Amino acid sequence: MSDLTRLTAAELAATIASGDVSAVEVAQAHLDRIAAVDERVHAFLHVDTEGALAAARDVDAKRAAGEELGPLAGVPVAVKDILTTKGVPTTAASKILEGWRPPYDATIVERLRAAGTVMLGKTNMDEFAMGSSTEYSAYGPTNNPWDLGRIPGGSGGGSAAAIAAYEAPLAIGTDTGGSIRQPGAVTGTVGAKPTYGGTSRYGLIAFSSSLDTPGPCARTVHDAALLHSVIAGHDPRDSTSIPQQVPDVVAAARLGATGDLTGVKIGLVTEFGGEGAEPGVMAAYRDAVEALTKLGAEVVEISCPHFQYALPAYYLIAPSEASSNLARFDGVRFGLRAGDDGKHSLEEVMSLTREAGFGPEVKRRIILGTYALSSGYYDAYYGQAQKVRTLITRDFTSAFEQVDVLVSPTTPFVAFPFGSRTSDPYQMYLADLFTIPTNLYGGPAISVPCGLSEGLPVGLQIMAPTMADDRMYRVAAALESTVGVLTPPAL
Amino acid sequence: MAAISREEVAHLARLSRLAVTEQELDTFAGQLDVILQSVARIGEVAATDIPPTSHSVPLTNVFRDDVVVPGLSQDAALSGAPDAEDGRFRVPRILDEEA
Repeated sequence: MSDLTRLTAAELAATIASGDVSAVEVAQAHLDRIAAVDERVHAFLHVDTEGALAAARDVDAKRAAGEELGPLAGVPVAVKDILTTKGVPTTAASKILEGWRPPYDATIVERLRAAGTVMLGKTNMDEFAMGSSTEYSAYGPTNNPWDLGRIPGGSGGGSAAAIAAYEAPLAIGTDTGGSIRQPGAVTGTVGAKPTYGGTSRYGLIAFSSSLDTPGPCARTVHDAALLHSVIAGHDPRDSTSIPQQVPDVVAAARLGATGDLTGVKIGLVTEFGGEGAEPGVMAAYRDAVEALTKLGAEVVEISCPHFQYALPAYYLIAPSEASSNLARFDGVRFGLRAGDDGKHSLEEVMSLTREAGFGPEVKRRIILGTYALSSGYYDAYYGQAQKVRTLITRDFTSAFEQVDVLVSPTTPFVAFPFGSRTSDPYQMYLADLFTIPTNLYGGPAISVPCGLSEGLPVGLQIMAPTMADDRMYRVAAALESTVGVLTPPAL
Repeated sequence: MAAISREEVAHLARLSRLAVTEQELDTFAGQLDVILQSVARIGEVAATDIPPTSHSVPLTNVFRDDVVVPGLSQDAALSGAPDAEDGRFRVPRILDEEA
């Protein structure tokens, strides 16, 4: 393995900027790594070799011409296959979009290109981001680099696994109920969900529009902050994008790396005290809290009584929005069409197309969402879930009047073996138990490695108030300065 | 909360434009029942006075100046469609010959 793939994004950018190595060499090193290990990891659905090398050559040419380069120029990045990439296959890991090449870039992809990053390809995921294990990809699961027989988390398992397997130093994920943080936790990487509206959703294939949030995956907190600062900011093409200055998350990460948390008040969520979580996960969590205390933070318990209703609320709201959003996949304008043999009506063609194109988890959620929105059940399910959302927001508001950030384990359990939770959907949904409240509230949260349990990574989740993303980066970087960066076994 | 029947799942699938198989109906009915029993706890939060929150960001209409800007070409817009004809999306016939 080339040493270049072991460098952080910050180190790679500095090395390229100094002229010690070319962007093409860096891109080739990562493409070689993908060629060597991805057959076993399956982090990528599509590798854009020619596009990556062309982008790298462009960076090298600009540097040779003396042009000013961005802080991540020439650094490779992998992109979750739910973001549209012009001319590059985009499937959302679904058969219904197989072979589709979008005619436009998502805003985030535009920003990545403008910053001079080098897009290696598209990463695997649960179909339409519905899942917690990347077992629901229509193109086969991704394997966790720590143990190839275990799940890499979901839905952004491909992005997290690409980072953990040294196939890419940076990746983009999307987080609807924990799909950046949960894979980050179980692969020993850093995953951040920015404030909802802090990163553009334009060109993100919608699953649950009021929750979907794109964000960074990396091996270090500083790298995640660098990527965050490139992709964040107001986008006039997204009406939910917040027209405010994004806080300086890179400066916050650097401040945190000094290891001083004096004056920072951290809240432990009483309701996340361990019920349903593995003992090893709770032990690593308690060690992390102790480490934060030693760095000078003041730690107090905070009750958020409605967090216990977050999971049920989420599993009514997200499928409801999905049942509406996925109506556009009807065989008319995108990808697959089935039953178009002259013997079926238009309605039958749509039904047959959706039957052939959607996998079981997507169908289950569409039906569940249709049920929750239907007359007679709307008030009892969807309406009540929206009220719970108000109560959870109030819990957060009250908590952040008392503390700067809240912390919890990111996941209740470490990476589990394939197939162990697919027969009971609700057991699978429990993987997002700790991550979902922030999605309903809209605030930012990050998962940072905090230790091992049974030889597998455990993540600490740090939650912050809306548009205070810098706070979580500071605390995360401080923890990283004592815990260090986790290194998976050699592949 | 009422349990969800196999017939109800079939009806919801029709509403959702999903042609599900007999086997899927059996599987989904059981699984949706488990999910609905699990999320039924949401009814414990008696909250008639609590306003619902549909979105974490206050939503307002966003208008832009009515200026012509470059958009997708017709060819680009049709490029991902399963079928096109005369510059339009081609869909299956919905009317009989004599209609």
